[in-house]
Amino acid sequence: MAGNVWIVAEHWRGTASDATRELLAVGRGLADSLGVRLEAVLLGHGMRGLAASLGPADAVLYVDHPTLADATGLVASRAVAALASERAPAVILLPTTNVSWDLLGLLPARLGVPLVNFCREVEVVDGALRVGSLLYGGKMAVTVDAGPGPVVLAILPGTGTAPAPGAPEPHVEDVAVDLADDSGVRLVAYEEPEAGDVDITQQDALVAVGRGISSEANLEVAEDLADALGGAVCGSRPVIDQGWLPLVRQVGKSGLTVKPRLYIAAGVSGAPEHVEGMKDSELIIAVNTDAGAPIFSIAHYGIVDDATDVLEALAEAVRKRKG
Amino acid sequence: MKILVLMKMVPDIVEELEVAGDGSSLDPEYLRFIVNERDDYALEQSLLLKDRLGATVTVVALEAPEIDDVLHTALAKGADRAIRVSGVDVMAGTRAKAAALAATLPGVPGVLPADLVLSGCQAIDDLDGFVGPLLSSAIGLPYLGLVSRIKVDPAAGTAVVAKEYAGGVMGRFEVTLPAFLGVQGCEKPPRYVPIAKVRAAIAAGGIEAVPAASGPAVTPLAVGAMAKPVAAGHAEMLEGSVRDVAERLADVLAARGLI
Repeated sequence: MAGNVWIVAEHWRGTASDATRELLAVGRGLADSLGVRLEAVLLGHGMRGLAASLGPADAVLYVDHPTLADATGLVASRAVAALASERAPAVILLPTTNVSWDLLGLLPARLGVPLVNFCREVEVVDGALRVGSLLYGGKMAVTVDAGPGPVVLAILPGTGTAPAPGAPEPHVEDVAVDLADDSGVRLVAYEEPEAGDVDITQQDALVAVGRGISSEANLEVAEDLADALGGAVCGSRPVIDQGWLPLVRQVGKSGLTVKPRLYIAAGVSGAPEHVEGMKDSELIIAVNTDAGAPIFSIAHYGIVDDATDVLEALAEAVRKRKG
Repeated sequence: MKILVLMKMVPDIVEELEVAGDGSSLDPEYLRFIVNERDDYALEQSLLLKDRLGATVTVVALEAPEIDDVLHTALAKGADRAIRVSGVDVMAGTRAKAAALAATLPGVPGVLPADLVLSGCQAIDDLDGFVGPLLSSAIGLPYLGLVSRIKVDPAAGTAVVAKEYAGGVMGRFEVTLPAFLGVQGCEKPPRYVPIAKVRAAIAAGGIEAVPAASGPAVTPLAVGAMAKPVAAGHAEMLEGSVRDVAERLADVLAARGLI
């Protein structure tokens, strides 16, 4: 395999994302196994400081242009595709985050190479890439033989550990790319979420409700338990889509990342998009009627039962203890 | 205004999934299919635009179990045309499905060009790509994904949409039409349609059947193995009556100083 390993550094609204550190760790291991260089592609504007901090990479290909401050997936994919066509990397790593979502769909489409989505393991076996990925909302794990590449791998957040600090400063190469944007897609403004009554990232106890609570009426039971625990109610995607809770109460990829002392997942299946937002909670209790729900693989305690019944009984038991 | 909505069926993961004898795919015997949830939001978004602006909505789906129910329901809800494309394996990868649509749609009279093409921004079986980015690239439309709240200004030929980032932050984008949008959500959940209206749509026999045109071959990803995930850890499962379980949980919470 002659091509190098690339990561595309992610940043948003002027700040490098944690996902970039993880990609560097995964990419470093992969490049070392393959005996090739690790190169980071950074598209941005006035981000030389970030370029210099991508230390575990051997080199940084830095494209500086005002259009790239918060580039759309269309612009970013065109820039990365132009560079990749010239330099032929074997593997391009991107994070499966909302910020990189359009890029990771459009880049392989432009390059005509396969994407392997939701990757959580990458290894080299006899010179070929073997990728472990999650499918069907985390209910199946698949192993994909991606050969020698070229391939784009979308890495689930939480897959790599951030590399130790102190890596030498990489060589930063300034690269020019044709960036005329005639796509007709223009960012007008960012809209902050309406301030909610509750900041779920600041709670010690969260009662999270998912599709399994069946109806909006059952929210009351979750509210009652949260009240008994002195915490708040949050939710997974389906509950927000139904309009049962506002977006500021959503945990996961499009919502917030929380690390409370107690997280009770009620009727939440545990899709990867939700798990990335709550997996670092101190104590996780999951209640679900499906014994095979992925949430049980990260929970500390699990109950296979109707979520509403368990929440109701737990609220009563908690109140009894508190006197 | 012409709106094209792409819908597809995916395995229902509320059902138990089983691995087939080949060790690398789902066992079809145990599979139940449901419409991709995000595609249902894309349809609802198109119907809201039709309600407001008087658009023509065409729904296209690849042949799959239960797909006729989905297409009849779309017609009953207010879609103007429903097209079923046959000849593509329901378990084929997203790249192959997008390539088949890209080869077929230009040959179906009255479908393309459309002012707006909508699909769900993702599906639970999207191992090798997303249909929106793949198909939009193939038919030459700009793409923006993870969008909701689509508002169209027909006179200006533009749409203003909200794109989801993280932490509840949205980006407001202006998009010049025609464009392809990957739908994440909608102002409201997909509408309910009475069964009588669906029966009327079935009786009207409104689904158009179109064979898939052959396009460039797509090499599928080589899936070596499929299995239920082996968890690094697993919850300590509590069994017994709901009351007993609640008492034991309360013990755990008390021991940790949480109550």
